[in-house]
Amino acid sequence: MNARERILARIREALTVPAPKPGSHGHVHGSHPPHVGSQDAQPIGFRNRPVHEARAWLPKGGTTPAEHLARFAAASSELKTDFRSVDSEAEAHAALRRIADDEGWRRVASHHHALTDAAVAALGRTALFTDGGYPPDDLEACEAGITTCDVLVAQTGSLVVNSRTSGGRALSVLPPHHVVLARRDQLVSDLTDAFERVEALHGRQWPSMISLVTGPSRTGDIERILVLGAHGPKKLTVLMW
Amino acid sequence: MSIAAQQFLEAAGSITRNLRHRGLIQTALRKYEAARDRKKSAFNDWSAARQSAAETKWDAINHLDTYLAEFASKLEARGTKVHWCPTEPEARDTIRGIIRDSQARCIVKSKAMTAEEIHLNEALEKDGFEVVESDLGEFIVQLRQEPPYHIVFPAMHLTRDEISDLFERELGSDPTREPEELTMIARRALRRKYLQADVGITGANFAIAETGMVSITENEGNARLTSALPRVMVTLLGIEKVLPKLEDLALFLPLLATAGAGQTVTGYNTLYGGPRQPGESDGPVEWHVVLLDNRRTELLADPEQRDALHCIRCGACLNVCPIFRNVGGHTYGTTYSGPVGSVITPHLRGLQDWKHLSNASSLCGACTEACPVKIDLHHHLLQNRRNAVGDAPSWIERVAWRAHAFVVNTPALYQFAQEVGRIVEPLRRRLQGTPLDPAQSWTRTRDLPPVAGESFKEWWRNRR
Repeated sequence: MNARERILARIREALTVPAPKPGSHGHVHGSHPPHVGSQDAQPIGFRNRPVHEARAWLPKGGTTPAEHLARFAAASSELKTDFRSVDSEAEAHAALRRIADDEGWRRVASHHHALTDAAVAALGRTALFTDGGYPPDDLEACEAGITTCDVLVAQTGSLVVNSRTSGGRALSVLPPHHVVLARRDQLVSDLTDAFERVEALHGRQWPSMISLVTGPSRTGDIERILVLGAHGPKKLTVLMW
Repeated sequence: MSIAAQQFLEAAGSITRNLRHRGLIQTALRKYEAARDRKKSAFNDWSAARQSAAETKWDAINHLDTYLAEFASKLEARGTKVHWCPTEPEARDTIRGIIRDSQARCIVKSKAMTAEEIHLNEALEKDGFEVVESDLGEFIVQLRQEPPYHIVFPAMHLTRDEISDLFERELGSDPTREPEELTMIARRALRRKYLQADVGITGANFAIAETGMVSITENEGNARLTSALPRVMVTLLGIEKVLPKLEDLALFLPLLATAGAGQTVTGYNTLYGGPRQPGESDGPVEWHVVLLDNRRTELLADPEQRDALHCIRCGACLNVCPIFRNVGGHTYGTTYSGPVGSVITPHLRGLQDWKHLSNASSLCGACTEACPVKIDLHHHLLQNRRNAVGDAPSWIERVAWRAHAFVVNTPALYQFAQEVGRIVEPLRRRLQGTPLDPAQSWTRTRDLPPVAGESFKEWWRNRR
């Protein structure tokens, strides 16, 4: 019997004795249904539990686009994400140029996409495109990584990048400044909606990495004092129109 | 008494008198508590969310065979090599083999408590590899050659001055009192390592059966880099990490971050579903997922404490535990400290050697209250005590309780004992806690109520 079979056999043997369900106060065959928010007296069949139910208990992301935007802006400011909601792509490019001038960017890294191609062209800096592979040392030498994202989440102030359509695994985390270009219709209410959107985009062919990014890189490992830019980007800018 | 128990008593005895340590821990945990309470209040219903999470983990753990097989086959379908390791040495040897085959020299590692559990770093260093911890807290404790102090905050017991001294000594940096500058010293030291490393080792927080992905929670981006640049990636995780569906993360990510660190969600929550796929620009060409049992199936076989496998390692129970807050993380001498460590260590490493941890508890229930997946921690501590006595009863205790039962069940004897107690009371009070007291180890730090001058029965008789 190989190791896989050995472990699975031990698990099956262990599970022949049932365990009490949560909320049943230790009674394996107790008649108390677990007190999940629903009013029905039916004990809940956990295997077929409605997954969406949990979102009702979580922090709110808002119901209208205006609420989503307000919530995302509030979360961003708490996270120290530089979030700018602008009126047009041209305005986003202007904002990007100002940031590049202020920080003295010489080299930027990006990936090919309608949004990033236009922005990189407008920026007029030397650019490394990660598509199809790149030397890691060259990426490390870039002052900024400019990417698109799959979806943004109002509830948490997060955005989702992936390894296939956002320029790979390292682009959004190796350069010291990560800039995300996004359209307003990419902003959804909460994580449940975000996972649904990501699945709709990639479900037939998952990228090897999908990352929920929430603010710039951070640590509190020294006396629980917040420091930004522990290993990943020190700055995260989101330009949305 | 086991060696572990003796060491625990000695370490606890000395550290509880260390006021500097106490001050440091209290300050750190006060900040944590304030942030956690703020984030908890943003939940629409925190207790319903916990119940929902408890039910999801119950489903996962009580159908572990199905979910684990689904998880592994989904991973394999996209080119990941899955290794099943029943024991600690098998897991260690599997990873050593992967690293030998990859002809690696430098290994970069992100935080993984399972790697501490199997003592991976020592084994790899003995093989002649350089293993660099990339999480800032882990990097600091690695330089000090000590284990992490806390499962979430590994360097919580150190001041900035101690860290500055350490960096000055080990890395040749200039002394500084700024946490930011200290963080940048570590950032610079580790940048090269990410680019040089041939192998990246990570842990995992969740294993999603439905899609065959692992989810890694972090704040610093070190796990992102560890799994982006090296050409071989190894992920080590316990078999209990399974969650049924991708969407379950919508609940578990906020729950873990809120309970663990007082954040809505942490900085990076990353799903990995395979090595580099066709058309992708970077990422490891090989990915090995190492599934570790290491006696978790023994805990699974105990239906009474099976829910201890629901643990998501958030550290919330450590943070609220009056024992942890007094004795600190290193005193436990275990990979997993605090209430959950006291519950599971006897299962993972032997009940008789580790039963003392279950006695080091006031049974106040703060841990159970704090647990985001509602593990009945303080009752499990009580069950461990019961099981330890059941397995290996103490003869002295047994005789003492028999004698006590006999005396209190025989009225004449009981009355006689009361008389004697009253007579020796002044002497007893004088001897209490001194070396002449036969119960010194107990009475040194505790008061006995005085024997009453008059029993209730006598009082009643005299009043009539």
